[in-house]
Amino acid sequence: MSAPAAMGALAVAVQLGTVVAGAPLLVGVMRQVRARMEGRVGPGVTQPWRDLHKLAGKESISPDGTSWVFRSAPTVLVASSLLIAAVAPYVSTILPLDPTADLFAVVALLLLGTGALALAGLDTGTAFGGMGASRAMTVAALAEPTILMAGFALSARVGSSNLGALVEGSLRSPTIVVSPAGLLAAVALAVVIAAETGRLPVDNPSTHLELTMIHEAMVLEYAGRDLALVELASALRLTVLLGLWANLFLPWGVATTLHPGALAIGLIVIAAKVLLLGAALAAGEVFLAKWRLFRVPELLAGSFVFGVLAVTVSFFLA
Amino acid sequence: MSLLGAALSLMIGAASVGVTAGLLAPVTVRAGLVGAMTAVTGLGGAVVGAAALAGHRLVLDLPHLLPLSRLVISVDPLSGVFLLIVGGTAIAAGVYAVGYSSHPDHGPGDPTEPGHGVASRTSQAALPAFVAAMLLVPIAANVTTFLVFWELMALASLVLVLAEHRARAEVREAGIWYAAMTHAGLVVILLGLVVFAGAAGGESFAAMRLAAPELSPATRSIVFCLTFAGFASKAGVVPLHVWLPRAHPEAPSHVSALMSSAMVTLGLYGILRVAFDLLGGGPSWWGVLMLVVGALSAVYGVLQAFVATDLKRLLAYSTTENVGLMLVGVGAAGLFGADGNRTLAGLLLAAALLHAVNHAAFKTLLFLVAGSVLRSTGLRDLDRMGGLVARMPLTTALAAVGALCAAALPPGNGFVSEWLLLQGLTHSLSAQGSVHVLTAVLMPLAVGVVALTAGLGVATFVKAFGVGFLARARSPEAGHAVESPRTMTAGMVFAAAGCAALAVAPTLAAGPLTRIIATLPSLTGRAESPPVGGDAITLRLAGIQGSMSPALIALGLAVAAAVVAIAPRHRRARRPAPIWGCGGNRLNPRMEYTATSFAEPLTRVFDDVLHPEEDVDVTHHRESRYLIESVQFRHRVDDRIEARLYPPLIAAVSGWGRYARRAQNGSVHRYLGYGFVGLLLVLVVVGVSA
Repeated sequence: MSAPAAMGALAVAVQLGTVVAGAPLLVGVMRQVRARMEGRVGPGVTQPWRDLHKLAGKESISPDGTSWVFRSAPTVLVASSLLIAAVAPYVSTILPLDPTADLFAVVALLLLGTGALALAGLDTGTAFGGMGASRAMTVAALAEPTILMAGFALSARVGSSNLGALVEGSLRSPTIVVSPAGLLAAVALAVVIAAETGRLPVDNPSTHLELTMIHEAMVLEYAGRDLALVELASALRLTVLLGLWANLFLPWGVATTLHPGALAIGLIVIAAKVLLLGAALAAGEVFLAKWRLFRVPELLAGSFVFGVLAVTVSFFLA
Repeated sequence: MSLLGAALSLMIGAASVGVTAGLLAPVTVRAGLVGAMTAVTGLGGAVVGAAALAGHRLVLDLPHLLPLSRLVISVDPLSGVFLLIVGGTAIAAGVYAVGYSSHPDHGPGDPTEPGHGVASRTSQAALPAFVAAMLLVPIAANVTTFLVFWELMALASLVLVLAEHRARAEVREAGIWYAAMTHAGLVVILLGLVVFAGAAGGESFAAMRLAAPELSPATRSIVFCLTFAGFASKAGVVPLHVWLPRAHPEAPSHVSALMSSAMVTLGLYGILRVAFDLLGGGPSWWGVLMLVVGALSAVYGVLQAFVATDLKRLLAYSTTENVGLMLVGVGAAGLFGADGNRTLAGLLLAAALLHAVNHAAFKTLLFLVAGSVLRSTGLRDLDRMGGLVARMPLTTALAAVGALCAAALPPGNGFVSEWLLLQGLTHSLSAQGSVHVLTAVLMPLAVGVVALTAGLGVATFVKAFGVGFLARARSPEAGHAVESPRTMTAGMVFAAAGCAALAVAPTLAAGPLTRIIATLPSLTGRAESPPVGGDAITLRLAGIQGSMSPALIALGLAVAAAVVAIAPRHRRARRPAPIWGCGGNRLNPRMEYTATSFAEPLTRVFDDVLHPEEDVDVTHHRESRYLIESVQFRHRVDDRIEARLYPPLIAAVSGWGRYARRAQNGSVHRYLGYGFVGLLLVLVVVGVSA
């Protein structure tokens, strides 16, 4: 193996390891920020890791009447998130796996995870599972046009939808980040990320009131190691999406080479960016209440309009 | 004898043997023989197609086979891809038909019993004839040959749709709709081609191709509009889609597979052949028309598929959706071809053709799966299915493969072609060359349409698979399901293998796609670099810096899943437990979500388009209005385009029929008078024009 290839493989491994190790910490930080702002002490940032450790040591449950679909959904969910964590340009824009999947493929991989979990919800045969599945697919189906429209706006100016090229494009000409098209796309994508990761105002990640749940309703029957995987996967999804948003719209600091020093800086910078974004998101959530389910389509339609505007503006003001 | 000639003879020979066996063989061996011969016919066709895609060509001129005309056959790469689609589908459907038609219920017995008609002589003889006709349509090389095979295809499929007409009244209704739509389509295609051939001064495709540039723009556009309308009705494009959701559910399932995967795509073939090959492309509004019609079909089709509760009806609407996506690609290719952006046009055309192949593979699989469920349980209604994963494990696994591919999710095959389509559409604005304002407005809308279609498509197939196959049985019929016989599973496994191959190795299609596109120089120019290329693993695009590797994505998912499954070993084994019932009684299947309830939130979101009808009937107690005896709730979603558009049309046609009937009173004298007046008129016209 030549030196650049080895360096590339190392970069991918480090990036993947950091995402996996950091995702539960990100959730911990977000919960802690929220707790402090609400006047509570909070459980500390490592609580999600302790939860995962506890759950992983417990036996999984196969509820009566469920099938291999229920048993394999957590694995598919984690696998799709891990794949995204391996291909996305978090520490460097020229990672060796970059040509494997572009923005559209990443979006489709996220949708694969959502679909697998929805099938698991249906497989339990309970009303809650079905309800959660139905709502999750509704939100995912309506978020899809926005996310691709924002992708259109981003890739139209660079001429490629490969993530590395997109990040490098914003890095090379920083003005497009603050151009109307860039800002509109950023807003559109931010709304979609909130919807896809089940954050407020679309879904309340800390709810356990049955009738208001989306994500939690689908995973109600999971226990033990399966539940640990599901929890890890939702933390991973949040992390990869925030990381993607961070590098698409605030690309500074990311390495454009495979030099060890640059990679180290890239790693630290992306971790800081994601933590800051997560903290900001958590702080924002303090002031938000969950919306009625049937107002969520309005929110997504609004962000779709932002996406369309971003594309049109990028053409007419180009 | 060349490979092409041998394969062609095999195809015709097997079809003839199949038809004869269908008519004459005793019932014990009939289904086996006919199914095998259908599969061999398909194999012959697929070999011809593969050879054509590899670059072989063949022209056959048989002057004496057709009266007043000649039978001309020409095999080129464009026909090759459609031969491959039809042939591959026919292999799966033929093998499957052996088991499907020899069900004990299908033997001699009560003719009104469901499924009886499939084994009848007429239906059995029509099956190989249908496949042969579909294989001959794309290689016909003059107007007469083309129309003869086109009509043979329509008639054979009509006979097959009507196979179970004794059992259910809906079959007869579906037959009438299908017959009317397909023949209306034939009339406009005939008119279009007659105008074309008349103006070109010859009916062979070669002569028409030569003469096309000299035709006036008006003639060219008239020919395009007429043939486009006719081929669109065959392709099931909105608003001419009304026959699909009727004919596909009522036909025997292997016939549904053939119609939906193969016959419908021949509509696309017709459009490509006439508009881009024979006419040699046209002004950009042709492309815009196709793009808009395709976008409408895609969104409307997927919305209707999402709310459908009949599994085969859902698949039929999904066909409308996918044909819509193909037309979006073809239309955008036409638009860019007219603008001179040849690279982009080639890419979009390649995306559309690859999607046609992918759609054929997964839709065949899904219709065959639906047939297995239907044969085993008698159910098509998703609200009454469920729990099949325990009773029909192999069928369920294959259904999962089909659903993954149809939902256009990685690592399925549908994802690859939708990705190509999205790449072509999104890079229209950044590509070199002048960009019209029209393009700048249309392309974002097209991307939005494709994205909405993709999102709703995932929801649709999560619903179809999750509600139909998982959880617990919602009816006794579903609770007593049994796995299908070997021949049927063999047919399904073949289709699934096709899906898997297309999903992992789409780069192998790059060479053939380049050859097809080279046959349409009007659209894409000659000697261009291949629109889709790359090494064996990664898909790269011409003119666009974009790449994606379906094989690596599949591999990555598999590796990640394996790592997750093995890595942190749990100390104790998995434990079965009752499902949490909110502390109440044990759950029963009536508490499960159904297809209708799953679709409810999105039905509400798209209320204005779908207009669901809801009806609540409250019967009060006789003695007091405060007590309720029963509540009835009905919810149905009709096809609004059909409900709005067709009744006035049908009323107008039947009104015209009643008017025309006044001229018919049965008197011989009057008919002689009509003949005399008619002759006089002709003479006057001839005299004046001479």
